[in-house]
This record gives sequence, structure tokens and C-alpha cells, in this order.
Amino acid sequence: MCCLTLSGNVTTDVDSLRSEIRDKSVRVIDVRREDDYKKDHISGAVNLPLANLLSDDSPERVVKLVNSMGIDDETRVVVYDDTFGALASRVAWTLEYLGHSDVTLLETTYSHWKSLGLESDSQKPEVQNKEHSVNLRPDILATSDYLESAKQRDDVILIDNRERLNFLEQHIPGAISLPYRTLASDDKILRPKEDMKRLLDNRGVTGDSEIITYCGSVGTLSGLAYYALKTAGLPNAKLYVRSFKEWKNLQKPTAKQEDANYWDLSAE
Amino acid sequence: MTVSDLKQTHSDSPKPKINWARIEEADNFAKTVKLYRQGKYDEDSFRRFRLQHGAYGTRMTGDYAMVRIKLPAGEIYPHQFEKISQLSERYSIGSAHFSTRENIQLHWVILEDVSEIFRELAEVGLTSREACGNSVRNVMCSPMSGVCPSEEFDSTPYALATAKFFLRNPMAQNLPRKFKFTFTCCEKHGMVRMVDVGLIPQIKEIDGNRQRGFKIFLGGGLGNRSFVGHQLEDFTPEEDLLYTSIAVMRIFDRLGDRKNLARNRMRYLVNDMGWEKFQNLVLKERAVVRATQSVITQLDIDHTPDEIKRPIRVSDESGSGTPDGYARWEKTNTEKQKQSDYRTVYITLEAGDITSNQLHALADIIRDFSSEGKARAGFVQNVALRYVHEDDLPRLYSKLLQVGLAKSGALTMTAPIGCSGTTSCNLALTNSHRLAKEIQRKFLELKLDEDDDLRDSSIKISGCPNSCGQHGIATIGFFGGGARVGKDMYANYQMLLGGRSDGDTMLGQICHRIPAKRVIPVILKIIELFKENKKPDDTLKSWIHRIATNSEDSEIKSLNDIKKAIDPLTIPPTKDEDPDFYLDYGSDTSYHTKTGKGECAA
Repeated sequence: MCCLTLSGNVTTDVDSLRSEIRDKSVRVIDVRREDDYKKDHISGAVNLPLANLLSDDSPERVVKLVNSMGIDDETRVVVYDDTFGALASRVAWTLEYLGHSDVTLLETTYSHWKSLGLESDSQKPEVQNKEHSVNLRPDILATSDYLESAKQRDDVILIDNRERLNFLEQHIPGAISLPYRTLASDDKILRPKEDMKRLLDNRGVTGDSEIITYCGSVGTLSGLAYYALKTAGLPNAKLYVRSFKEWKNLQKPTAKQEDANYWDLSAE
Repeated sequence: MTVSDLKQTHSDSPKPKINWARIEEADNFAKTVKLYRQGKYDEDSFRRFRLQHGAYGTRMTGDYAMVRIKLPAGEIYPHQFEKISQLSERYSIGSAHFSTRENIQLHWVILEDVSEIFRELAEVGLTSREACGNSVRNVMCSPMSGVCPSEEFDSTPYALATAKFFLRNPMAQNLPRKFKFTFTCCEKHGMVRMVDVGLIPQIKEIDGNRQRGFKIFLGGGLGNRSFVGHQLEDFTPEEDLLYTSIAVMRIFDRLGDRKNLARNRMRYLVNDMGWEKFQNLVLKERAVVRATQSVITQLDIDHTPDEIKRPIRVSDESGSGTPDGYARWEKTNTEKQKQSDYRTVYITLEAGDITSNQLHALADIIRDFSSEGKARAGFVQNVALRYVHEDDLPRLYSKLLQVGLAKSGALTMTAPIGCSGTTSCNLALTNSHRLAKEIQRKFLELKLDEDDDLRDSSIKISGCPNSCGQHGIATIGFFGGGARVGKDMYANYQMLLGGRSDGDTMLGQICHRIPAKRVIPVILKIIELFKENKKPDDTLKSWIHRIATNSEDSEIKSLNDIKKAIDPLTIPPTKDEDPDFYLDYGSDTSYHTKTGKGECAA
């Protein structure tokens, strides 16, 4: 089972992306809103606002979107956002699920790219339609039914990536809390490998366990966690893409931290 | 939501003089947690170890900890604010909490993440080591030390040196109980008579020389039983500061009660033995310490003066005029310094809570406005920005307003203290934390902060009798408990009046039991009684002081008279009449008392 890119990287560093853009050997996807994209974006990037993808993320539609962005099975793809990598992760995961094998995340956010004074413009690139195949990867997807049965197994770890207070108030029973903020380092969307490994190792997220991530509603924060696990060399990960919103709507059991008024400690 | 990127290093910002951290403690803690989880470390030893490293237990769960970050002498630098901002959103609840002892607390941290916090704290030179447990807790210093118009000299370097001497010192690793030092600036700012060792700087002419020294108070403290400290001697010269500290700790170490957890603070030893006997022992022990140090032991006091440099204005957003509320804020949140043209600005937080975004914003605000380039934690869950030039106050106010840190009333009764209560503490019986926030919101709405008569009074609330909320030294203090009507329980507070922590330190006296949902009306009623009966120059504090000391001659003469006047407010309605009465603040389910094992918070 291969779910890493040929290079084995989860993220693409700034310098590599710049040279790949110069060589025209990469398709860059900007997942910010259309208005933001129109103002400026990384030179040569195409726009796929996350909301657009989420309006219908069936494989039939996704393959059309992918074709229209000029991506075929061999195209190297780098995705970025301005939301600490969470939205980009959700798009990257969707491509992986479709069967695309060479997709990575830009290591940093668009704001940081701009603050470094790197290439950006407001040009929309000319794109030739391409033909991408559909080889769905159910092994990286967790549905609610799957999760419900997998949860019973000892070798399955369930990770909740929402903020701590939300977790305390309500979560899927048995989940551990790993807020998405924990995954980043100062100016990178993900910690360096050794850092990530140590953090996860302390939390008992190690070895051959199957790991399922979830967040609030559409699998963005947990998408980032899905890639964080890969960074740490834990490839056996699945995304519960419909996440806690669906779980609650299905009225499946939830757990909470009882007998404490933790919300009153918040200064929000 | 913004990603709290660390700013590029500001090369001209002052850097801390002391690195309190040791990175190896992070690895050690991570390893020990693993051993503990594998059952290779017993519960009691692990608790001791955890507390020694500054990780406190959390209400009703073993999965979470509270990490208490020490700010010795209260000092905190901009890059440290930025780091704590990050830590709060990575490992905690997106907010941090300023305590009454110049610590910053991160609550609801997963025990397995605590070592990651240690690692990141080490990057900015901070530690939580010995912030809990039977050790020398954070050494405090008045937020006004160095700028207070009535101080004789700045005690900050002495507080830092004391903290440095005792941190990780073998003699302070296994005391009978926790041990607290507080340095202050002057009698008015006080807080030295309700701590194990309290110190006021003092200068004495000896043979024509001006000699630095301290007034030292021993054996005070707030808790289940509180005591006011005793002055050791008329004047303790500075070279005796360390010898005295060591002598006191040696006596406590030797004679302190190691069996009875409930009464093993030094104040019980002093009380049981009697002050004169204890005083004699200390003086004798000090002579021994002085004579028997094999090498000269002394405090490493850094007297290098801080550089005071008014930050350069990058841009001047003039023309916008003074924002609304400025005059009120300036009056109730700033104090004049002994340095002319400079003010100390207090930022009041709701019960000490601050968001990660606000922590992050404060870093730049300090760089832009404080001429000393750092800040101080205050005595009342607040933050002090010192050396702000008076001309910069309106701009500072605008900046604080933008990030929600410009609440007025910092130096008034409208900024109550509330311990963490049932939001996280195992011992709490009531949500004292939320109650403090409710009082502040209501009183600011009523503009009570603008009333000069109320200015020097205080409200302090604990969620149980253990005094973390310092109710014993409040003009109006409360500590929580439960009460019942038939089968139904409700949150209830014992109200104390007349406590104070200045030169006339005394403990508040019990007046009445007040249901949680009646605390606000009762305080308002007391203010009303005061207004009706006050003498022209009275403040609420002076009026209550006379009543509490039986020297008042108007209609309300005694605490019993106050009790009678507020009595109607304390009668519980039936559950049908007022179901809300039976819910504690912040809770939508019936009130019941529930506590776990205490580890003695502060």
C-alpha cells in the first residue's frame, strides 16, 4: 500500500516549490476563496476553493474538477491555503482518495510565503484539460459505520483534533484529544518529523496501530492530522471525513468530561 | 483565529537576566509519565514528582494536569508572552490564567503533553519547577517595586536572587509543606503579613551610613486557618537576608508537622509554639548558620540597572482623538511612578483569564509602550505595564481596547479575585471563578469603579475554605460551600468582612452565609448601607474597618447589624418560585457538592 509520494515527503518546502514552478513540473492548487485568489496567489497556481469542492465531493465530480485543473495521474500536485494547512489537507486527501499518488502540502501558509517576498501575482494560468483515472482508496477513508466497529478493536486509535474545550464538552467515546494547533511549529504547518514523533510517542500514538482522525464537521483539521501522522512515519491512517457533525446527527453515543465548569476558565 | 507565529527576534528588546529552565527536566518528566502509566511508578511517588515539577492535579480526572509557570518577582518578557500564547492554544484551552502568586497557569493539559510544555518553556527560559509541592514556591515581588513612590529601595533584585538561590536547592526539596516568600515595595502595597516570609525594604542610618535591609514578617498565611505574620526584629540588614531565610527554613524543616497534612504550614508551627519562642529559635539558628557556612554563602544579587528607553514610534496615528472611556480607564487603571512622567498601567483580566490572542498582542504592546521592555504580574490576577510615558497613555488605551484588554476598574473594588473553583480544582465546592467574573461585569455596568468611596476596597472569592482566592484579606470576602433546603442543594458562600493586607493587616470576620445567586445583591445592599451611614471622609474600607473593630457609632455598629440588614436577601425561595437559585453559576444542572483529593492549590 503506497500512500506517500515518490519522494516520501508529506510537505514540499518553499525552495523546492519555487524551482518546480520555474520548471513547470508541478500543478499548484490554491484552496482559498475565489476573491482572495483573484487578488494574488502563488504564481501559476489554480484556484479550487474548499467550499466549491465540498459542495459535492463525490468521485464523479472530483475527477471532473481534477481534469479541469490539468491534473492527470502523473502530475505532481502541491496544495496550499492560508489556514494553517487544514483546508489544503482536506483537498490533498480528496486527491489521494481519488487515487492520485503525488500530492503534497506546501510547508507553510500563503501569508508566510508572501511575507518572505516570494513570487505571487494575480494571473490566472492557462490550463489544458487532462484525463485522470479513478482508483478509489477506501483504505484512507473512515465512515461512521466503519468507525463504530473499528473502535472496538485494541489496535485502533481515534484522535479528536478539535480544540480542547470542545473535546471536554463532547467527543466520540474512546477518542484522545490532539488539538490541531499542536501539530504546527512556528512558521510551518507541521512540526519537524522528530518533534512530531516525540509528541505522538508520548501520547501512545505509535507503531502499527490503525489511526483514525476526526474533527468538527468536514475533515479539515483532522485532514491536517492525517498528514501529521504521515510526517511521523505512521502511514496507517484514516480520515473520518464526515466527522463529529455526522456522528452527532446519527445520534451515536458521545462522552463528556463531567463535574467541572471548564468553559468558565476561557477568556473568550 | 490567527496563527500565533513567533515574531522575528527583536534584537533591541531586553532579555531576561536569568534562565530558570533546565531542558533535561522535560525528557525526565516524559519518561516518568510513561513509567507511571505502565504501573512502574507508584501513585504517591508520582504525585510528589509531578508536583515538584509544577504540574497540579485536575478536578475529577487523572488524565489532565494544570501546569503552573513561575514568574519569579513577577517579571515577564514579550517573547515569553508569545510562547505562553502558543502553549495555551497547543496544549490547553486557548486561554491562560494569571494567579494571585505571579504564576501563569495552563489548565486542562493532558498529562502526557506536560513535558512538551517544559521543552517549549525552556526555549524562553521559564520553568514550572517547584511551582507546586512541598518546596519554595514562586518568589513574589510587588509589581510596583522599583517604581513605587513610597518604597525605600527596589527589592526586585533581592527577590530574583532569593528565587535563584532556592530553586532546585537540595535544602528546599523535601520541606514539611510548601513555603512562600513575598517581597513588597511599601506598607501600603503590603501583602507581607500573610505569607511564610514577607519582606519590606527599609533603609537605616547606622553610624552615619545608610544601610539597606528589610522588615521581615514570619509565620503568616491564608488557608483553612489563617494567621497574620510577626515581625522578626526591627531591622534585618541585607547581608542577613539569606542567613535569616535559611535559618527559618531549617527550623521549619526540623520541627514542622510532617504527619498532619491539614496543619503543616509553618504558620501552625509558629502558632503552636508561640511567637516569642519561635522568634528566639530563628535568631539562634541564624547565628549558627552564619557561623557554620563552610564556604561563604551569599545571594547573587544583580544590581545592574535596567535600561529605561522610551520605544521609538514607528507610526503616529494621530488625529483620531481620545477614545471613549479613556478618562475612566486612566483614573482607575494607572498609578503614578516615582519616576516623573511615567505611569504603571494595570490590565485587569476577568478572574485572571486571558486568551492566547491577547497574550500574543501584549507582547507587541509591551515592546511599543513600556520603556523597560517587560511587564510584571500583579498581586490580583492582573498584569502591570510599567514605565509607560504619560504622553503615550491614550494610544496605549486604544491598543488595549482593540484586543479587549482595556477594562476599567483595575485598581478598584470592581476587579474581584476568584480562584479556579469548580472550573478545574479538585477541592472546590462552588464556581467561585465565574462568580468573580459576574461581579466584575455587573459592577462595571453600574460604573462602581468610578466611585472613589469604593476604590480601596476589595472583593475576593474562594471556592472552598482553603483561601486560594484570599478571601481572608478582602474588605468583602467569600468562601464557598453547599447548603440545602430539604433535599435540594444550592451553592452558598460564607461572607467575611474587614480583611486587609496593608500595614494594618487583619483577617476578615465571618458575617453571614450568602447563597451564590444572592452575592451580588448583598454586596450592593452593603454599599447602600455604607452610603446611608458613612462619615464625610469615609471609604467603604474604612467604614467596614470600624464596624469590624467595634469602633463605629452610627446606626450600623456591628457585623450583626449588617447581618440583620441583609438577612431577608439570604432566605432561599422554593424551587418552584426560583429554580435558578438552585443552580450554581455556569451550570444548568442541579447543584451538588463533589470533591476529589486535594493537592493544595494556590
